[in-house]
Amino acid sequence: MLLKKNIFIITLISLFLLFVFNFSVLAQGEVEVFSWWTGGGEEEGLNALIELFNQNYPEVEFINATVAGGAGSNAKAVLKTRMVGGNPPDSFQVHGGAELVNTYVETGMMEPITDLLEEWGVKDKFNQQILEMSSYEGEYYSIPVNVHRSNAMFYNKKLLAENNVEPPTDLVSFIDALAKLDQAGVVPLALGDTNKWPATQIFETLLVAHLGPEGYNGLWNGKTAADNSAIRAALVDFDKIMQYVNQDHSALTWQDATQLVQEDEAAFNIMGDWAEGYLKTLGWTPDQEFGWMPVPGTSGTFIVVTDTFGLPKDAPDPENAKKWLKTIASVEGQDTFNPIKGSIPARLDADKSKYDPYLTSAMNDFAEDTLSPSIAHGSAAPEGFITALNDTINAFITTGDVDQAFENFQKNHADYVE
Amino acid sequence: MKRKHKESLTSLAILSPSIITLAIFVYGFISRSVQISMLDWNTFASFMKKAREYVGLDNYYELFTEARFQTDLWNTLYFTIFFIVGCLAIGILLSLILNNKPKGGYIFQNLYLFPMAISFVVTGTVWRWIFSPGRLPADPRGINLLLSHLGLEKLQWSWFTSTFSFLHFNVALVAVIIAAVWQYSGYTMAMWLAGLRGIDEQLVEAARIDGASKWQIFTKILFPIQKPITLSAIIVLAHVSLKAFALIYAMTGSGPNNVTDIPAVYMFEATFRSNRYSTGSAIAIVLLMMVGLLIIPYLINSFKED
Repeated sequence: MLLKKNIFIITLISLFLLFVFNFSVLAQGEVEVFSWWTGGGEEEGLNALIELFNQNYPEVEFINATVAGGAGSNAKAVLKTRMVGGNPPDSFQVHGGAELVNTYVETGMMEPITDLLEEWGVKDKFNQQILEMSSYEGEYYSIPVNVHRSNAMFYNKKLLAENNVEPPTDLVSFIDALAKLDQAGVVPLALGDTNKWPATQIFETLLVAHLGPEGYNGLWNGKTAADNSAIRAALVDFDKIMQYVNQDHSALTWQDATQLVQEDEAAFNIMGDWAEGYLKTLGWTPDQEFGWMPVPGTSGTFIVVTDTFGLPKDAPDPENAKKWLKTIASVEGQDTFNPIKGSIPARLDADKSKYDPYLTSAMNDFAEDTLSPSIAHGSAAPEGFITALNDTINAFITTGDVDQAFENFQKNHADYVE
Repeated sequence: MKRKHKESLTSLAILSPSIITLAIFVYGFISRSVQISMLDWNTFASFMKKAREYVGLDNYYELFTEARFQTDLWNTLYFTIFFIVGCLAIGILLSLILNNKPKGGYIFQNLYLFPMAISFVVTGTVWRWIFSPGRLPADPRGINLLLSHLGLEKLQWSWFTSTFSFLHFNVALVAVIIAAVWQYSGYTMAMWLAGLRGIDEQLVEAARIDGASKWQIFTKILFPIQKPITLSAIIVLAHVSLKAFALIYAMTGSGPNNVTDIPAVYMFEATFRSNRYSTGSAIAIVLLMMVGLLIIPYLINSFKED
């Protein structure tokens, strides 16, 4: 009888403790961070960041809300539904530039974070051009975590040496090199555009090559007209280059194309520098088996693809969201995430010894070059323009009709940008 | 009288949950789509503002003048025709063979029906590998590699990456049609087989005694009897072909110059990729009308028969 009573009391006390303990965890709250980092490298990078966050703020429970799907194709749709439905996460991944500003800032769904950047004393630690990309009417709206370069080109050193081809210096020598490789029976340029954007990405680098970074950046703020003849010239060059891609390009993804270079089948690959990470996964070492350069004609310009995090207006737990933002804005956070993900930090004071030779060279370029936003990755123009341009370029590859493509480009620009 | 009244009230009460949900989630949303398709919600900002500025049929007009949508409609037409004809021809042939109860027929019957149980996404991915052409002639892949092992290099071509077309028929669709026919001919077979098993043996026997050939038995007896079944199969197959989104999306995407694009893929991209909600709704309504064009005559017909 006594024993029973004791057990009863013990149970009661432990239940009580359990309740209090639970309550105390709930009181500190949680932070829900939304991203599409589920793939190789990205996921590990995010996990390392979460670990860092948990060390700094053990009382906050981290909810890792990810939606799988390449380049966020599915996640973006889910996020939109949540934002529109009044159920935003505490913070979410978004490409800096138009994807953030045009979609969420102009519609009044985001909280400015300029004060936070100043309070933490990190505002001048970032590359100012990249902060500018996510600003609207004088306020900053998101913190860039990582930077990728979209105008990167990788090449198979062995194939180039075997065919006596020097790494090209400009567009003319590039096209000559492609022709020479073509005659030698090698695939000159590997492309996998089954998802359309890899072709658009080549075109955007050619736009920069012909318009120059200022002219290209002017396309998005009205300073450059869409009927500029340099755009037509870019289309002409694009058409020339397309004669040298693998014939099954429309059946391949970008990974397949990069793999062609690694398998000694193709010489060049124009792809964002996440391809460098992929080549390393396939067992290659930078500067040994493969070399790199900016896409010919674009050196001095760094076309940026950047993942940023912001603060939605109706975030359930804004205080914890700020803790997350502080973590990723810190040099420690940026140096934790980027070496694993294979990208470079948006801050200029990061520890270069943590990065491989390619990334170090990209960090040097990033500090000195003019930055331009990428079209294909959402930073330059509204989403409507991207899909329209994808369609224009996709049709142009088949038809080769420069005038029609030029006309379509102007129509797309008038419909969605101006 | 009173009892009958009570009965109909009870049945109405039992049916009401499904009637109400049907009214909201089907017809309510269809009318909402019609409404959105006549607004100008073609940017995210206009969608957020929920501006009620009607533009009438402008979205439809723009759609039908777009090269991509025109290609989509031709693709749908050819895909539907070849898909239905292919499924019927192969399905009926299989059912006739199996109806003779060959040895092991039961296994084959299930084998042929099995693909239908797999999702289009799975089969689409596999067919993508099979028909991925590789680089000809140096480095063929998938089915092209098989062909070169068999010494049939002449049959190699670029499959779903081909941009060749004649009379608006994009030959790249052939690869998709093969995949879709493979998946759904078993369905036609099952329906026909069920019908054949119900036909009185004596009918066929009598015809045979009268000296009818096999072909005559098929065209004069079996096919006319099976006409309602064939018609049902056509209706089901036609609407599967309008909904082939998953297969196309997993297998080829919209393809170079939209050679394998269909309205459903365009609808998805317009709505969820480019924030053109009104254009997306307009495509949805066009698709709905195409389904209606097929289903309504069939419904009228079956009501008459009842």
